Amino acid sequence: MSKSVLVVGGGIAGIQASLDLANRGTKVHLVEKTPSIGGRMAQLDKTFPTLDCSICILAPKMIECFRHPNVNLLTYSELGEVKGQAGNFTVKILKKPRYVDAVKCTGCGTCIEKCPIKVPSEFDMGLGNRKAVYMPFKQAVPLVAAIDPERCLYFTKGVCKICQKVCPSNAINYEQKPEEIELNVSSIILATGFDVFDPSRMSEYGYGRFKNVVHSMEFERIICASGPTDGHLVRPSDGKEPKSVVFVQCVGSRSQHGDFPFCSSVCCVYATKESILIREHAPETQVYIMYIDMRAVGKGFQEFVDRAKKEYGVKYIKAHPGGITEDPTTKNLQIHYEDMKTGEMKTLDADMVVLCPALIPKADNKKLARAMNLEVDEFGFFKSKNLLTAPMDTNVPGIYICGYCQCPKDIPESVAQASGAAARAAETIACATKEAKR
Amino acid sequence: MNEKDKPRIGVFVCHCGVNIGSIVNVPEVVECAKTLPNVSYAEENLYTCSSEGLSKIKEAIKKHQLNRIVVASCTPRTHEPLFRSACEEAGLNKYLFHMANIREQCSWVHAKEPRKATEKAKETVRMAVAKAALLEPQAEPEIDVQGSAVVIGGGVSGMTAALSLANQQFKVYLIEKEKELGGKLKELYKLYPNDKPSSEILDEYVQSVCSNPNIKVYTSSTVKQIEGFIGNFEASINHEGREQKLNAGTIIVATGADVFKPRGMYCYGENKNVITQLELERLMKENKLGEPKSVVMIQCVGAREEREGGRNYCSRICCAVAVKNALQIKELFPGAEVSILYRDMQTYGKEFEEQYQKARGNFVQFIRYDFENPPEVCTRPDGGLSVKVHDILVNATLELDADLVVLSTPLVQWEDAKELSKLLKVPLGAEGFFLEAHVKLRPVDFATDGIFVCGAAHSPKTIAESIAQAYAAASRAGIPMALGRVRTEAITAFVDEDLCTSCGTCVKLCPYNAIRKDDEGIARVNDVLCKGCGVCAASCPEKAINMRHFSDAQVLAEATAALGGS
Repeated sequence: MSKSVLVVGGGIAGIQASLDLANRGTKVHLVEKTPSIGGRMAQLDKTFPTLDCSICILAPKMIECFRHPNVNLLTYSELGEVKGQAGNFTVKILKKPRYVDAVKCTGCGTCIEKCPIKVPSEFDMGLGNRKAVYMPFKQAVPLVAAIDPERCLYFTKGVCKICQKVCPSNAINYEQKPEEIELNVSSIILATGFDVFDPSRMSEYGYGRFKNVVHSMEFERIICASGPTDGHLVRPSDGKEPKSVVFVQCVGSRSQHGDFPFCSSVCCVYATKESILIREHAPETQVYIMYIDMRAVGKGFQEFVDRAKKEYGVKYIKAHPGGITEDPTTKNLQIHYEDMKTGEMKTLDADMVVLCPALIPKADNKKLARAMNLEVDEFGFFKSKNLLTAPMDTNVPGIYICGYCQCPKDIPESVAQASGAAARAAETIACATKEAKR
Repeated sequence: MNEKDKPRIGVFVCHCGVNIGSIVNVPEVVECAKTLPNVSYAEENLYTCSSEGLSKIKEAIKKHQLNRIVVASCTPRTHEPLFRSACEEAGLNKYLFHMANIREQCSWVHAKEPRKATEKAKETVRMAVAKAALLEPQAEPEIDVQGSAVVIGGGVSGMTAALSLANQQFKVYLIEKEKELGGKLKELYKLYPNDKPSSEILDEYVQSVCSNPNIKVYTSSTVKQIEGFIGNFEASINHEGREQKLNAGTIIVATGADVFKPRGMYCYGENKNVITQLELERLMKENKLGEPKSVVMIQCVGAREEREGGRNYCSRICCAVAVKNALQIKELFPGAEVSILYRDMQTYGKEFEEQYQKARGNFVQFIRYDFENPPEVCTRPDGGLSVKVHDILVNATLELDADLVVLSTPLVQWEDAKELSKLLKVPLGAEGFFLEAHVKLRPVDFATDGIFVCGAAHSPKTIAESIAQAYAAASRAGIPMALGRVRTEAITAFVDEDLCTSCGTCVKLCPYNAIRKDDEGIARVNDVLCKGCGVCAASCPEKAINMRHFSDAQVLAEATAALGGS
């Protein structure tokens, strides 16, 4: 019988579940696919409705995970085979090679500075660059570099090796091999989060064709002080401050004809937050939010929307635009929409458009589900055992789910579910311990 | 003072990426710090909170024999624990650490005046160094935590929390003010998403709770008094007219919410065919709905009022409830016309949106009205109801006949929640619901240790969301109980017996009831209850009370430094 728990996904939900368990004395293995924990919350600039700096409230928790004696942090790792049942699962973890010795690396960044190869940064949504040897972001945990073998000159052409030459700690190791780790755990908690729907699939909005049409995750990086523009509100085509920005809600979500009929639950309020940030950065810039239904259902959210209207002058338009066109010379945009209030066809000019795309379950969920005999719905959300009474339980006893991978939800709800999943895992251990004592 | 005890202060100034470094001239602040009294070492970091930054603090403590640390960076609220434990790991008592906030208080607020921001950062560091020189080590005594919990409220949230704690092998006392467990669940008809009658789910819950050997249920009971603190609470309850005392390590508040009664709105209270959604559920449950031909539902009745002091919040569940009940009516009476008059259909997420679309396909009529132009309900001479509404989507005013008008009213806090909040000394927010420690990352904790909240007591939410929160509260409450002990606050007040004149001022003023007079009349501070607020120290006429970590000497040193003295 095992008394440890495996948590899959190092975003805020996975972090919270891990810390709740570790703090009660349970050993936790936290597996994260990318080189750093932090997840989506690390990419956000501020959080609604308090406008807390996102990384500032998250970073202490990330570091607590890293330093906690009960947390075994397995970054750049993926879950493989799963066998067994509640109380006694045997799982295989595939640890990808970083080609950097995690013990020797001090995170000084010398290798990164000298690396000649620039690669679009995943963390900055491709708006800025990282190097072929990189740390995903400045507050990454662990603060250990990783080499991207698909872009590194040594791995692709057999030349360069600059990083090895400059590393003051002798931490670069091109010979590192993938490792397979076998663990025995009592329960598994899945917290795999979400992906962003590719808005270029809605060609009428011109994403991918028009430079000044961006999506909301990109916008979070643009407005963020640690982002590719150092937090300056600028549009991609000419690096100038936009004088008008239009947010478009429900891009790919709530679609009766497309793939995603569901509502992503967070977009109305994060667009409100991003609008407030624009008005704070550039008080002269006009901001419009085009929405179908304003869904501000969380604690303090409606009040937040009221504040955006009254204090910040954000303009809300009931409309779902039919299309966006671009002036090829100025790269300015025209948004064509039917005003739901008057039925009129109208056009609004804007310097920049922010699309709020459907937030969708990770494509990997289906693979994970197969490995564990879990049920997923048609979109890839993990299915609850009972949506009403057992939201964090799955069809497999001992495997729990929390956060966005269960269904759309915001940060506080994800945190609550994560603690809840931790309670379920703690119950599993406590009940098994009691049985064993008999 | 011998050489060993002489303060040797290390100062670490953080760039916080560009947050501080792009405004404040960090190297200049470091140079300034090096000139300050007792400073033995100073350096700058890109991120002092990174693993690298923390290692540098630890290395410097050893290399330069530092015995006090100052970090000039962001807010202690998020980062102090981290820096304190770095100090501890290098063998320094964590209270020998002090933080200067040069981000929120310098670079962010003076972003357009980099010179002044830099000067202010230097002054802030000078103040911190002045205080640091006088810092003393403090201890955090450990206390035992009993493995039992009091859960207040026997609705679905309270029962879930109780069951989880019981499964975690803790003893639970479940307190319910009514005669039976179940709360609002008792009044509901069928539950989403399987259309299961609520009574079935309720019965399962009640049976699990009542048959669980770790749970003791007290129905017809109210909480009269709460004494004690995390680990050792004593709750006095009135159980069927008798007083009973319960000892518990933690407390969970799961008191749920009431439903707003819209007296005087839309003929409610004047015409018996104008009812609330909850009353509709009861009628359906008791099979007393009759056979309505036309039902009009009105959303946001008494909610999202957009006025000073109004009920401005969105009650979250009403749109989904209206859709559910509209579909139920359609199922019971396929010929009935059902209209929902709404401002925004807030059917968030996956299932609610699915149900909303199903209702649209099922000939439920959705009519959108504007906040400025709400519907009007009047009783016709023949006794029937007429609803006038301006539909903004077709830009036309419609008159609907209705034999039943159902008002979707928000969940509101119970009247007696104020009393409970006083007993527990936990706050209520502006909208009346219990206020958690942090809206984003501590949704079920109170700022007071050992007390937690879940379900509609926290804010309006669905049954599934309440259940998730209840498990969350059970996890959080389970942490100190599983460990069996907890560290307490070190920054507390202490009394100089020789100066105390037994006047009792502090006893009266202490908001935490942490001070009592002993047999000789001397004020005594309970270190576990004391939160270190300083009210007693500030008001003691004899200056007999001092604060650990905020002594008069330390505060004066900071103030003197701020005014340019040393």
